[in-house]
Amino acid sequence: MNYLKHIGKYFIMLKQVFRKPQKWSVFREVLFREIEDLGLKSMGIIMFISFFVGGVVAIQTAMNIESPFIPKYLIGFAAKRSMILEFAPTFMSIILAGKVGSYIASSIGTMRVTEQIDALEVMGINSLNYLILPKIIAALFFYPLLILLAMFLGILGGYYAGILTDLFYSEDYIYGIQLDFDPYYIKYALTKTVVFAFVIATIPAYHGYYVKGGSLEVGRASTQAVVWTSIVIILLNYFLTQMILG
Amino acid sequence: MIEVTDLYKEFNGVPVLKGISTTFEKGKINMIIGQSGSGKTVFLKCLLGLFVPEKGVICFDGRKHTELSIKQQRQLRKEIGMVFQGGALYDSLTVEENIMFPLKMFTKNQPSEMLDRVNAVLKRVNLENVNKKFPAELSGGMQKRVAIARAIVMNPKYLFCDEPNSGLDPITATVIDNLIQEITKEYQMITIINSHDMNSVMEIGEKIVFLKNGVKAWEGTNKDIFKTENEVVVDFVYSSNLFKKVKEAYLNETK
Ligand SMILES: Nc1ncnc2c1ncn2[C@@H]1O[C@H](COP(=O)(O)OP(=O)(O)OP(=O)(O)O)[C@@H](O)[C@H]1O
Ligand SMILES: [Mg+2]
Repeated sequence: MNYLKHIGKYFIMLKQVFRKPQKWSVFREVLFREIEDLGLKSMGIIMFISFFVGGVVAIQTAMNIESPFIPKYLIGFAAKRSMILEFAPTFMSIILAGKVGSYIASSIGTMRVTEQIDALEVMGINSLNYLILPKIIAALFFYPLLILLAMFLGILGGYYAGILTDLFYSEDYIYGIQLDFDPYYIKYALTKTVVFAFVIATIPAYHGYYVKGGSLEVGRASTQAVVWTSIVIILLNYFLTQMILG
Repeated sequence: MIEVTDLYKEFNGVPVLKGISTTFEKGKINMIIGQSGSGKTVFLKCLLGLFVPEKGVICFDGRKHTELSIKQQRQLRKEIGMVFQGGALYDSLTVEENIMFPLKMFTKNQPSEMLDRVNAVLKRVNLENVNKKFPAELSGGMQKRVAIARAIVMNPKYLFCDEPNSGLDPITATVIDNLIQEITKEYQMITIINSHDMNSVMEIGEKIVFLKNGVKAWEGTNKDIFKTENEVVVDFVYSSNLFKKVKEAYLNETK
């Protein structure tokens, strides 16, 4: 029952968010700030993690292929597939849910408990639209790029893992990643990313916006936001996979 | 004139304001006084439209809040300057950007005009060379002054201040009080101040409304305070020994 109430409130919130910005010049200014805060500032961690995850995936695959009948180029092929299909879009989105989600929930929550949101409303500003729409647009625009970068770096990580460990030849790996190249998978991954980006921007915003109390509650809301964002991403991932690929 | 009639507000079934009626006039300092938890902030937030009362009518110069569309409500809010209890400055913006924000949002002024206006109000509240500072880098008194500057930058008709001098030393508190008084007279605004500081009440309060447990217990001018026999007022005012002595002195003087 309680969940239904939250879900209802969330969608009512979205209705207020998707209004025409009151002043485009202000909107643009905020949008650029959000692209920096939500996007550029997460680039480092995403690059770092995807590179090493790619390396580990390649090493794990190589160590698990014992039979001489399985061609070695499958390592590159498997690394590519898993990076594109799951590790980049889903795994990285969970990382972003943790990093960006807690930031969004705590920054909006702090604005709530220090009456900054009231101050916006008193000025005649639609605070939901002003605070959240730029975040959504920034995430929708930037996260697909970030995830493409993660795919590339993950595959590159696998390549370097081969060179460093001597578990497989680079030629095989490169042959593997070129094999059966299907742009449809990238489209699938990016579709997922766009959905996750929306979730990452809005669920933590909901938790922050409706927080009541003081800084303790803001901390709690921020944890809740990360948990729920991750759960929703995992569930949506399951359904989207079934829907698109099934 | 702001007229409040039978204002009633509850939270989850617990009444906080129990039918308050009063009026606030132009060019005057109106003060809402009462203990912590008596409902002062809730009262102001009802006037601002941040809380929707269950019952009662709030009328701003003939405009009843219940009859306004969302658009008209936003318009009305642009005529209100609000100084929140904690200042509520936007942390992520500098002092200059904080004050310029409503101008940017609602006017088509050139950047240089806006900057002139910002500097003018900053000067009005006696602050200089803080344009590029962030709120966290200012003292409490300075933050309050920036909040006042932001509240008056759009030339509001109504100025609401929620405990503008709480947490300030007596000298700074007096400075803030006088500032609000001067601005009110200068721009002929309807000013409402929430306070539990008897000092401010005696200094600048022209109309005083006493709240107790969500009920209007008394109203009158600051001169009436020493004369009234109203228990709530007497209890509140003379909870401070200093004021007992002040009253004795006052009565001796007028003998
Ligand atoms: N959003 C809210 N939800 C539920 N109860 C609230 C809310 N806001 C205020 N209250 C309750 O209303 C009562 C009056 O609170 P209010 O903040 O108006 O007091 P106040 O007179 O401003 O006190 P102070 O001088 O400490 O600021 C309190 O009992 C408070 O718990
Ligand atoms: Mg209060």
